[in-house]
Formats: sequence, C-alpha cells, structure tokens
Amino acid sequence: MKRPRILIVDDSSVMRKIVERSLRQAGLDLGEVVEAGNGIEALTAVREGVFDLILSDINMPAMDGIEFLRELRTIEEAKGTPVVMVTTEGSESRVVEALSIGAKGYIRKPFTPDQIKERVSPILEVMR
Amino acid sequence: MNPVVASKVQAPVRPDATWTPLLEISSKEVFQIMLQTELSNLPFVGEQRISGDTTAMVGLAGALRGVLSIRCNSRTAERIAGRMLGSEEDVHPSEVPDALAEICNMVAGNFKAKIAGLVDNCMLSVPTVIRGDDYELVTIADVELITVGLTYEESPIWFCLAIHR
Repeated sequence: MKRPRILIVDDSSVMRKIVERSLRQAGLDLGEVVEAGNGIEALTAVREGVFDLILSDINMPAMDGIEFLRELRTIEEAKGTPVVMVTTEGSESRVVEALSIGAKGYIRKPFTPDQIKERVSPILEVMR
Repeated sequence: MNPVVASKVQAPVRPDATWTPLLEISSKEVFQIMLQTELSNLPFVGEQRISGDTTAMVGLAGALRGVLSIRCNSRTAERIAGRMLGSEEDVHPSEVPDALAEICNMVAGNFKAKIAGLVDNCMLSVPTVIRGDDYELVTIADVELITVGLTYEESPIWFCLAIHR
C-alpha cells in the first residue's frame, strides 16, 4: 500500500518538525515528508511533485496560507490535494475563508498528536 | 470615513480583572500541550525584576492593540526548544529563538481565543525575538501592562501583555 507523501508549510522550522513528529507519534505511516517555509516555497514544491496531503500554517511572511491555498487551486494537478490548516489563528473568519476556498479542515496550535490524528486520519483513509 | 475602512474599524476591547489569570492559564496550557510540562507560579513575583536575555514578542492589532512578550534567560530558552523538539541535547542554535517565537505566538493565540470580542477582531503579527539583556523597551503610546511571572524547571519566565490605552 502506498505511503502518503506530505507537504508541511510553516515559517517556523521548529513547528514543521513538531508537526512531522506529531504525525508519526499519532501512528500514521508516512512516506516522504517535504517542508516549505512559506506559500511561495510550497507552490514550488507542489509544481515539482504531487502530494497526498498538505498541512499549512496561515500566518506566514512572503505568502500566507490563505493566498497559498488560492494559488494551489489554480494548479491543475493540485486542485484536488487535501489541505489542512494548522494555525494559532482562532479567528473564525480566517478559518471560514480557508474552508470556503477548499481547505479540508483546521488544527489550532497548540495541538496534541491525537488532535492531528483526528483531523488527518480520515483524509488519508479516503486516499487509500 | 470611507465605508470600507469604517467596516474594518474594530470596537476596542478593554482589559479587566480576569485578564491576568487568563494570561496565566493560556501560558500554562501551551506548555502543558506542547512541552508536557507544568509551569509553576514564581514566588514573591511582585518583588522580582523582569529579566532575561531572550525575549520573544508578538504584536496585536485590531480590537486590542499591543504586544505580548515572553522573557527568560538563554539557557531556559535552550531547554524549552530542546523539550519542544524532543531532544534537549541536539538543538541547533537557530532553533532556540524560533521555538520561543512559536511559544509566544501560541500563547497570544490561546489568550485571544479566551476573550470575547477578540477571537475574530484581533490579528497577530509574525513574532520577533530579541537576544541580549542590555535594552529598555520604550513605548510611545500610553500602555497598561499585565505581567505574569512563572517558572520553567525552577527558572523564571515572564509573560507580559502591554496594551495600548
């Protein structure tokens, strides 16, 4: 069975590591995990290869998570890639905005591995 | 006033007596969840001077304008980063300010989520970290300061919310 290829987008390298570690601690069998520091780097990664799941912060310099999501949806090969927002933003309007342009859900920081698993597992199950 | 601009102007939210305990709870929750660590209250907090050579700051704009900062010494910041990353011996120096900045960001987000009127009407800036203790932060605007002193593994760590009046 194919292991999912995942893109983690966050301007904090520490947070990217924590998200990956949490995914593994949650018992998810991951394939390659690619990191990007903002939306621009993430778009470059998406154009270079297909991902099964993207986890993206919202509040980032250069290109934020909402703008990244909008741009992602214009790339034919990535239109259907599930995206989960991982953010400190408790703002409903930002979350609603992300969901309205195609995010599959969101995880609020701080988070536990179980909370990550709760959001991500159903998405990866559908993929299988 | 331009109606578009007017619609974005938020009614200011003013602090009350609940904000100090809410800042304390918000800080403790972040450390419990992300570091599996309990922060303790700093004894004789009123008699202690806020100090430390590592400060992370996040700006707040909208219904609440100000700065949330976390201040501790560099060794404490290193231990926090190590604990977050799950390897206290193997932390790259560049990861220390990054970790404290993320903690500050999460405390700010957690705090504003607990205050009615702030969740949707207060935005957070990208965090900034200052290293070194030979500085004084001077705010031009009139500010109200909420300070919470806690300890991380017996070392002081300060959480300060400076609110523009």
